[in-house]
Amino acid sequence: MRKLDLNEVSSIVSKLLQEAVCKIDGNILERISAAIKTEANPLGKSILEQIEANNRLSEEKKIPLCQDTGQVLVFLEVGSKVYWEGDIEAAINHGVREGSKKGYLRNSVVTHPLNRINTGDNTPAIIHTKISPGDKVKITIVPKGGGSENVSLVKMLTPADGEEGLKKLVLETILEAGGRPCPPIIVGIGIGGNLEKSAMLAKEALLRDIDDQASNPYDRKLEENLLQEINNLGLGPMGLGGTTTALAVKVNSYPCHIASFPVAINIQCHAARHKSIII
Amino acid sequence: MKRIKTPLSEIDILNLHIGDEVLLNGVIFTARDAAHQRIINILDKGEKPPFDLNSTIYYVGPAPAQPEQIIGSAGPTTSSRMDPYALRLFQEGAKVTIGKGPRSEAFKKALVQNKGIYFTAIGGIGALLSQRVKSMTLIAFPELGPEAIYRLEVEDFPVIVSYDSKGNDLFKDGINTYKK
Repeated sequence: MRKLDLNEVSSIVSKLLQEAVCKIDGNILERISAAIKTEANPLGKSILEQIEANNRLSEEKKIPLCQDTGQVLVFLEVGSKVYWEGDIEAAINHGVREGSKKGYLRNSVVTHPLNRINTGDNTPAIIHTKISPGDKVKITIVPKGGGSENVSLVKMLTPADGEEGLKKLVLETILEAGGRPCPPIIVGIGIGGNLEKSAMLAKEALLRDIDDQASNPYDRKLEENLLQEINNLGLGPMGLGGTTTALAVKVNSYPCHIASFPVAINIQCHAARHKSIII
Repeated sequence: MKRIKTPLSEIDILNLHIGDEVLLNGVIFTARDAAHQRIINILDKGEKPPFDLNSTIYYVGPAPAQPEQIIGSAGPTTSSRMDPYALRLFQEGAKVTIGKGPRSEAFKKALVQNKGIYFTAIGGIGALLSQRVKSMTLIAFPELGPEAIYRLEVEDFPVIVSYDSKGNDLFKDGINTYKK
């Protein structure tokens, strides 16, 4: 059995959060660089170049890439041999509070969707926990902004809708969103499971390595075909026209009910911020 | 790139066309959801708004400034959420807004009627945009924190004309040009 020190959890969360808001994964940066060369719209090219310049500046000067440092999402994966004393969610929130203060993040959380009073310290985080075999702990911090989250959705399609129905929903959703989620976007799609499982799948899809491919052949085919079809929409950077609308499409799937076809579409903007550590 | 000084004149607005990349210089005011609601409440009471609404309004809630910074990361928020408020502000002389994303048909109609202009600031380049802000002064609603109204002096602040006063729509045109 391994004892986990909750103080260590707080410090790690604080540190990862401050890093995540100023630096995007190298593979994603490469996709943006590559898109600058292939983007057909000169305005779109200019936009991508400014995005690239911003990413460099942010990493260098430790200024958050985007002012929307998000409501913090935390994925906690704990080994079954791990135990701790105390409230791990409180420890995580302490880390978010500290990291938000030290990193000069924006306090972007309100206590209730109707009263809309700012909580003043960027907490609470949203925490999803999973138990795995072993004695390791994996912490993933995802500061996700409101723009892209606001154009995401879950819909219960029917089996008859099939692949065509799925693609139609994805393309309509992205077209309707337009420039709001700051294209170029990354599209996370969850299919199967149930209402909330499909949403989880979509969010987890966004955290995959941008260069990987789904292992399931249906999912892989969808990822390739949808990326092309999305980029054929012509939305482009910031929705102002162009050939770079999406940098990647990631599809995660799960078995579902014989009568159901749940679909979740979680959009991620180009400031795709997340950091993980395994301790 | 066109360099333009704020406040924009009628001629400035008439001469701008969708797709123009503009560098704004001068004073702009920040306001988003909560501040707009408060401005409407003030106008409803027949009182004077906290700033001349015939100014450039930037939809932003900046991150806090670090020591030696004037403003933290300061990119635009999604404009369409402000559409209901914007229609009212047109009646009070507002013409120029900066944000991101497409807006409602009602907004576009009102923009043409009032000879206004809508700029896109690039979303997600908040660090870069913060460097173009030379001063920041609180004007109203400090309790709103990042959602308060601030007066910003900007230098070469890059924006893109997205709806112009002649009714052109860069979002629509862009998609039509590049869709396959």
